Amino acid sequence: MIPLAWMLGLSAIVFVIGVVGVLVRRNALIIFMSIELMLNAANLAFVAFAREAKSLDGQIFVFFVMTVAAAEVAVGLAIIVNVFRLKETVYVDEINLLKG
Amino acid sequence: MTPALFIAFGAMLVIASLMVILHRNPVTSALFLVVAFCSLAAIYLLLHAEFLAMVQVIVYAGAIMVLFLFVVMYLNLKHDVEHGIHLALRRGTGWILGGVLLAESLWFFGHRWAAGPLAPEEALATAGNTEAIGRVLYTRYLFPFEITSMLLLVAMVGAVVIAKGRGPHVERGRPPQGAPGAPAAPADRQETA
Repeated sequence: MIPLAWMLGLSAIVFVIGVVGVLVRRNALIIFMSIELMLNAANLAFVAFAREAKSLDGQIFVFFVMTVAAAEVAVGLAIIVNVFRLKETVYVDEINLLKG
Repeated sequence: MTPALFIAFGAMLVIASLMVILHRNPVTSALFLVVAFCSLAAIYLLLHAEFLAMVQVIVYAGAIMVLFLFVVMYLNLKHDVEHGIHLALRRGTGWILGGVLLAESLWFFGHRWAAGPLAPEEALATAGNTEAIGRVLYTRYLFPFEITSMLLLVAMVGAVVIAKGRGPHVERGRPPQGAPGAPAAPADRQETA
């Protein structure tokens, strides 16, 4: 039996790795991967609490989160491809179309 | 046995996640992300979420990562070249903020959690919970499930429309000479002359 605190700690560590990835990297694809890491950390917390409460509702939520993540990746990668066609770069600090 | 496996796969997950954000080559980052997803699937197995482990491998490590790798290779990115005082400053700030957030969340999770009210229904099955999840998904969560299908449809149409774009090949491409329905050809010739 794994203690709940271990799983929550692991979830927190992975989530923070995702946050740091968004903050320090400037490649839009790596930022996207970091967002996936954060979603997975949230999923791990859901599963941990679902096991702790002996309920299946948390696992159903993980299922929905995965679906939303798939939709988000499809649309986001389409946007990145479009930006690359326009600007020839995926570095987020060189994409400043909205700057006055 | 189970705690040892949890520690092993957890260490694998953390190391692979760190490599995702630290490696310079986007293709390597994507492959390390596959490793991270697979070790997370193993952790789901340890937590008796067998259905989610399978979906994690099929959807995340299969479909989503193939999409990522396809785009990374389609864009043909070079290794990141990152230097300069601004980037060093931003990187330092990012790591410090991440450390603060990690300390905060570990302190928060380190507290004792009171046991909530137990859900009255299903006990977790011992050999796979796919049947139980299917039953819940198609009865109590039927409406969200249908909404999800609508969301996927919208995302699919949106991705196709966005990625198609207006497209430079439409604007730049000359219609072939003498082709029917190409009235702009004489104007183009004047322009180049």
